[in-house]
Amino acid sequence: MSEAQAEQGASTLNVSRTGAKSQRYRDVLIALIAFTVLASLPMLTSSKFLLDFVIRCSAYGLFATSLNLLVGYTGLTSFGHGMFFGLGAYGYGLVMQKTGVSIPVAFVATLLITLVVATVIGAICVRLKEIYFAFVTLAFQMLIHSTILSWVSLTGGDQGLRGGIPRPAFLGIDLSNHLHLYIFSCALLVIGLLLMRQIAQSPFGYTLRMIRDNAARASFVGIDVYRAKLTIFVLAALFASVGGMIMALFVSGAYPEFAYWTISGEGIFINMLGGVTTFLGPMVGTVLLLILNDTVTRFTEYHGIVLGIVILFFAIGLRKGLMDFAYEWYAQRRDRERG
Amino acid sequence: MLEICGLSKSFGGVKATDDVTLDFADGSLTAVIGPNGAGKSTFFNLITGALRPDAGQILLDGVELAGRSPPEIVRHGIGRAFQVASIFPSLTVQETMLAAVCADQRRASVLHRRFPLPETRDRAEHAMELLGLASKRNRVAATLSHGDQKLLDIALALVLDPKVLLLDEPTAGMGTEERWRMIDKVRELWEKQKITVVFIEHDMDIVFKIAPKIVVLCYGRILASGTPDEIRRNEAVIDAYLGTEHHEAAV
Repeated sequence: MSEAQAEQGASTLNVSRTGAKSQRYRDVLIALIAFTVLASLPMLTSSKFLLDFVIRCSAYGLFATSLNLLVGYTGLTSFGHGMFFGLGAYGYGLVMQKTGVSIPVAFVATLLITLVVATVIGAICVRLKEIYFAFVTLAFQMLIHSTILSWVSLTGGDQGLRGGIPRPAFLGIDLSNHLHLYIFSCALLVIGLLLMRQIAQSPFGYTLRMIRDNAARASFVGIDVYRAKLTIFVLAALFASVGGMIMALFVSGAYPEFAYWTISGEGIFINMLGGVTTFLGPMVGTVLLLILNDTVTRFTEYHGIVLGIVILFFAIGLRKGLMDFAYEWYAQRRDRERG
Repeated sequence: MLEICGLSKSFGGVKATDDVTLDFADGSLTAVIGPNGAGKSTFFNLITGALRPDAGQILLDGVELAGRSPPEIVRHGIGRAFQVASIFPSLTVQETMLAAVCADQRRASVLHRRFPLPETRDRAEHAMELLGLASKRNRVAATLSHGDQKLLDIALALVLDPKVLLLDEPTAGMGTEERWRMIDKVRELWEKQKITVVFIEHDMDIVFKIAPKIVVLCYGRILASGTPDEIRRNEAVIDAYLGTEHHEAAV
């Protein structure tokens, strides 16, 4: 509940230019440290499995954190956010396969495609509330998924985009080199998280919190609720799309599962695991889910049952995500120390 | 000046607001009274854009506001507080004020800077002090007492520097003592800010004591309007409203 307090702490006492600025420097510093640690990981271990794990975390982490901008910050529970993950993967793969442009150009082109599609879909969806919003986003997800399945000549249908996606080197970066791909993914993850953190802590981020808490009141404060919801819907789609692009780069292809509703479901699951009241909750959830997936599938083929039990534990037992739980514990302890 | 002319709104066959014509002079303090279902809240909802009128005009300083959206109407200078405190439960008092000023300064969609913006600080501070909420600035709104939540709701309207402030039952759900404290606050704000204040109130003692002008609504129509003395002597008002209440009190 008091994420606000968590993040501002004593600094709310003195609203000053330096306070807001130093917060930003702190975030950049944390990002730099995180990137340095991730980037030095290959020097400590030669485990390809671990590096692959981090790449997958980057893809899913960006996706899940962007979903939290909708669910946790704006109160828009999208069940179709995965469509933009799929769109990113397919958009990037197709642009690379069909046009032969360089990777940065393909990235920008895919973001532009996502921007257009998300604006159209968002313009329809964000007018709706709660369960209606959830179901219409789900419907659009299924629409995109069926389009991918049935447009065989373009997308390869249920076989996916095969034949590999070319990875021409650019600016001295060769993404067919596993180490380069790893560093590139980490950089995208850290930059993406930093940008999303900026959105969450900007005046617009607080506009979103107002809408989440009480949209009717927000409009009586002079906020154009529809426009704000559409803006965050599109912004979140762009970050999800980057996640999809990392995935396409990683597997050198794109598959219909990337655009299936289960991706959206996993996004929601990750947010439940990690918690939606802290910025890094979804990132923690991503790591948890991927570890769970990897270990459980090694022991049993019924991994769905195990995941189901875990989700029940979090939903019914804990009633919140791991980071929510940790934060509340921390806040209680701090309050007790203060008396 | 806020001028309402021929304002009407029906729900099905029920005329919730029926051809209401009224002026509110700049800097006036007016109480709106009337039995339950008289259309008082509907009247506010029409002025603030929460409902679209079927007919009629709403002019603020000559600008037509009827049919516009709530954010537009707020920007033209009509602020409102609600019968049930309408606040942002997870934000602190201070964050609520700062975010509202942000919105008023058309900075609600700024992405490249950090909240809070320094230029929003003075106005937020001023509003918190006016409502006596400065000492509770770091309290999360949901944890405030009922009375403080009502004050925060009013602060949320006042921080936008409105020309007209509409208060829908500022004393709803309060005990007698708290009511008087709240209504003194309202009067104090009106005197200090020199804005037009219109409030809905059920407690007749309060209304007759503090409102220089009273409007009585009944079945969506204006039954009477005038000074407390005029209203007290008005036959129609006694029959429709005061009389029954006094009668009930006697029983």
